[in-house]
Amino acid sequence: MLKIENLHAEIDGKEILRGLDLEVNAGEVHAIMGPNGAGKSTLAYVLGGRPGYEVTQGTVTFNGEDLLSMEPHERAAAGTFLGFQYPVEIPGVSNVQFLREALNAQRKYRGEEPLSGGEFLKLAKEKAGLLRLDMDMLKRNVNVGFSGGEKKRAEMVQMGILDPKFAVLDETDSGLDIDALKIVGEGINTIMRAPDKGVLLITHYQRLLDYVKPDIVHVLAKGRIVKTGGPDLALQLESEGYEAVAA
Amino acid sequence: MVEAATYPTRKAEEWRYSDVDALHTLDLAAINDWQEIAIAPGDTYRDVFLLDGSDDVDLRRLRVSVGEGGRCEIFAVNAASQFARIELDIKLARGAHFEFGGVTLGGEQTTREFVTHVIHAEPEATSNQTVRAVHWGKGVGNFLGRIDVARHAQKTDAAQDFKGLLLERGAAANAVPQLEIFADDVKCAHGATVGQLDEQARFYMAARGLPPEEARKLLVRAFLADAFAALDDEVQQGELLDHALKALGDAL
Repeated sequence: MLKIENLHAEIDGKEILRGLDLEVNAGEVHAIMGPNGAGKSTLAYVLGGRPGYEVTQGTVTFNGEDLLSMEPHERAAAGTFLGFQYPVEIPGVSNVQFLREALNAQRKYRGEEPLSGGEFLKLAKEKAGLLRLDMDMLKRNVNVGFSGGEKKRAEMVQMGILDPKFAVLDETDSGLDIDALKIVGEGINTIMRAPDKGVLLITHYQRLLDYVKPDIVHVLAKGRIVKTGGPDLALQLESEGYEAVAA
Repeated sequence: MVEAATYPTRKAEEWRYSDVDALHTLDLAAINDWQEIAIAPGDTYRDVFLLDGSDDVDLRRLRVSVGEGGRCEIFAVNAASQFARIELDIKLARGAHFEFGGVTLGGEQTTREFVTHVIHAEPEATSNQTVRAVHWGKGVGNFLGRIDVARHAQKTDAAQDFKGLLLERGAAANAVPQLEIFADDVKCAHGATVGQLDEQARFYMAARGLPPEEARKLLVRAFLADAFAALDDEVQQGELLDHALKALGDAL
């Protein structure tokens, strides 16, 4: 589904990713763990196409298509989703308006009919319920005045509404208390656990993986995958630390 | 006010950022033509300006005297013509209110401006002015807002808020607040900022599938909306914003 080969990327001329290889098949959840500065968020932003993140070598294909040649909004329309570590506040634009326009822009790109206001609200209500986020929150401006936990739950509501095939979730667990972690974990499972979907979970900690069980765990260090294993690898990292395991 | 016998020049403070050359396509009588309105005590007057760009130069000058407890509301979309200027000279009697919400938009070499002069002539009058400017190319947006508070006009409450959004290098926004306060028990607030579109917000919106032009439209619309927030008719608010955004759509 997602295939990354020999990916090199830099920011302001500084190389962050140094030959990263990774393949996620449909139906799989992969976790990427690694110390600060390993390149985890850079990988997420490169996959999302953030300006300023320059790919100097390598390829990324999504269902056989060259992901790197697409504009950020085209990547979303193709079925990818980037969950932000720090969701952005957009004053003056309500969640409902934003998400309806985003969803309909994606549908238009794919040659599908737009959803009506009523259809959209029904969908939004269902997904907000899943993440136990009050519908009134969705009527408010995007992420404005939301707590850290609310922002992350709102990200997952967005994911539910947009219904991507593949999600890259960048530290979705940061800023969540234990109850919210469980809700978010269950939300990810409900929305993304399917034979035709894939997930790349980027995280520092094991704790989200208690709720979203990964099939494969990778360790990212200095811009490369240095170790790959099963779910046990995450537990080993948690008890022994990155340095011992990645060495 | 003494009417000028010659064409305005940039030496005059209130024409400092204007496209004064463009004015020469008008005759002096047209330049000195003020529309006069008197609002009776307790009455409300509302005017909405949607400049349509049918002339190269569009100059609207309006002098309003608002009677005791009266209310004058003016909303304006200034997004057409090579040089467009809406000039408001407002005199407030006791307890009167002046509400102004205006947006300027423009690219190429256009100049679009609001020039307001609000006179709090008597006590307890209030005024609130909100201006938003969005410019690109070599477009210029100006807001010159003068507020005079007379010596005995205690309990005056006057506010002015300007924000400029420059979409491209080369565009400019000028805000010149000018306060002349002769009373001592007054509240006068003014603020002015100029910035660019939030890059983070644009990427966030793109990551959710919004094409860049759609994202920009949503962001600009949100930015402009403040100017019409005081308009109590939501449908009309929407119409004003749509009209404003049309200028953006044509240009970018």
